[in-house]
Amino acid sequence: MATAEEPVQVNAALHGIKTSELGRLERWLGTENYRLLRALVTNPLSVAGLALLALFIFIAVAAPVLAPSGGRDPYRIPRDGYSPDPRPPGSEWKRREPPLPFWWKPVMKSDHWVHLLGTASGQWDIYYGLVWGTRTAFRVGVIITLSVMTIGIIIGSISAYYGGVIDTILMRVTDIFLAFPFLVAALTVSAVLTPIVGKGILPATLALIAFGWMGYARLIRGDILSVKGRDFVMAARVVGVRDYKILLRHILPNAIFPTLVVASMDMGTYVLSFAALSFLGIGAEVGYADWGQLLSFARDWITQLATYWYIVVFPGTMLVLFVLSWNLVGDAVRDIFDPRMRGRGGI
Amino acid sequence: MGMTKYVIRRLLLVPVILFGVTILIFGVLQFLSPAERSALYVRDIPKNERALDGIIRRYGLDKPIYVQYWRWLVGQRDPVTGKVVGGILRGDFGYSRTASEPAADLIKRRFPATLELALWSVIPIIGGGIWLGVVAAVNHNRSIDQVARVFSIVGYSFPTFVFGLLVLMIFYAHLHWFPPGRISDWAGRVISSPGFRTYTHLITIDALLNLRFDVFLDALRHLILPVITLAYLSWALLLRVTRSSMLEALRQDYITTARSKGLRERDVIRKHALPNALIPVATIGGLTVVGLLNGVVITETVFNYPGIGSAAARAALQLDVVTILAFTLFNGFILVIANLVVDILYAYIDPRVRLE
Repeated sequence: MATAEEPVQVNAALHGIKTSELGRLERWLGTENYRLLRALVTNPLSVAGLALLALFIFIAVAAPVLAPSGGRDPYRIPRDGYSPDPRPPGSEWKRREPPLPFWWKPVMKSDHWVHLLGTASGQWDIYYGLVWGTRTAFRVGVIITLSVMTIGIIIGSISAYYGGVIDTILMRVTDIFLAFPFLVAALTVSAVLTPIVGKGILPATLALIAFGWMGYARLIRGDILSVKGRDFVMAARVVGVRDYKILLRHILPNAIFPTLVVASMDMGTYVLSFAALSFLGIGAEVGYADWGQLLSFARDWITQLATYWYIVVFPGTMLVLFVLSWNLVGDAVRDIFDPRMRGRGGI
Repeated sequence: MGMTKYVIRRLLLVPVILFGVTILIFGVLQFLSPAERSALYVRDIPKNERALDGIIRRYGLDKPIYVQYWRWLVGQRDPVTGKVVGGILRGDFGYSRTASEPAADLIKRRFPATLELALWSVIPIIGGGIWLGVVAAVNHNRSIDQVARVFSIVGYSFPTFVFGLLVLMIFYAHLHWFPPGRISDWAGRVISSPGFRTYTHLITIDALLNLRFDVFLDALRHLILPVITLAYLSWALLLRVTRSSMLEALRQDYITTARSKGLRERDVIRKHALPNALIPVATIGGLTVVGLLNGVVITETVFNYPGIGSAAARAALQLDVVTILAFTLFNGFILVIANLVVDILYAYIDPRVRLE
């Protein structure tokens, strides 16, 4: 982690001698954020994670250019017939060819669109599924992460601020939700919700939210408890500020930031769980642009995976790299916020 | 607070949690229509409206919710036959539409396979994870430590099902070494033959007791890939925790003392550092059980292994809610008990916990 220029920066930050560009950036971001940012761009593992993340953001943003849908629902993977046998990368499109991306002709010198990464059973085009699946991954990840954090913050802060019976009840409820294995519980709720809210990504997303908030509720409760006793909260109470205002204006801003940053790094885990549900057949429906859903086709071809390797390797790689990128960045962030681990190179 | 007092307080919490667990499951059950819920009591849900109404009234599925909850918990006397039916406390979870048998029978029939898989997984999980963590900590900041660190992050990012599919692709589809499933056809015939006595329903152990080493090896051959798939994720976690707690232990004064009195480094690590370093590791025992319960659903599905995990996945796929809730309840109970055992064990080995 230690790089040659680090001591210089530390000195500049400590003594404030130079008002160089770095100093201005630091003042603009605030010391904490600046420290976080600097640690992230100096740790090789987190730089690798950030680079991967940038790549995925690029794919998600550029999806209409990389794999144009031609006016159809882009999250429905275009299919080329109905045959159950997968076809290898580079096979010709036989029918209902989607529009060619503009970069194809100059690069490949050809008028014909091919299945860049092959097709899965049912002739779903893997390339389209992977490109638009990146958007699905971000959508699902962001929705779940924001929702579980919101629920966690609400429950955790009510519990910590009011204490007493309310605290006991809410924490026991949290315990009860924790009494189920996460994936099994999500599987169950997803199966129950599917007839009610319809197929698609909604049931699995709701199910993962329903069983994902408990950790944050506990974290934030602990953070608030440590802030609650401080003098400025007492002062506000003495002056007669109302409960919810004390909570929202004085306590939360002081307690929440590290938790939020650390928690947002869990996005990879949620995308992974969603993909697992899709793989089991109760996340995204067949033909939806989702990595886990594409991988689920491989279950029917276990004996011939040596031939049809591409139905596992391509979607698998996307999923692994996506989760890995979040974990690499998240690990660095955790190191920064947990002083006990600092300088130890803790994993 | 003494040990006894701690254990009693911890035990008193169990009924509270179990009560909450049943409330939650029963709450989920209320999302179903009374017709679907009648699968709790009857094998075939009648299609005809009037017969259905009869069933609903017969089993009180139109009664107030607390009456229904109580009956769901302890069962009720069937007004027609006079026999007691239902009641999860009596071990009756209703009928599985997908397996066309009582859900409890399905669990009972499938559980030994899962237990066998889990038991075999525990050995490499604990042995491998702790060993890797110790090796990494002892070689702190050397290349072997870096490799272990990267392995841990990569392992943690590798979805179970992608890993499972990859090992199947390599070791089964390509090399033909390890097949999916639980047992080969010929070995299955041996097991169901009259000469083979079934003691435990765990094939590996039964085979040894019957002195059929060929069957034992065949079962083992089927277990290797799922065991590795289940184990590697826990390895990543155990490695992390063991490594950091071992590093902590190695910095303590008594280690310096042990070294300065001339003890061999191997003994310093094995006899002085490791026992203390393992205390925090014990806390992940509960997490490992969670990991196994989550993991078997995916792993058994990938490897076509006939345990409760793959049955739960199939039930969920066909939206057979009564069955899947039976599995969830079963899993919840296992986890509550596992956490209890871990907490008590932890308080026993680390006195600081019970003084809290």
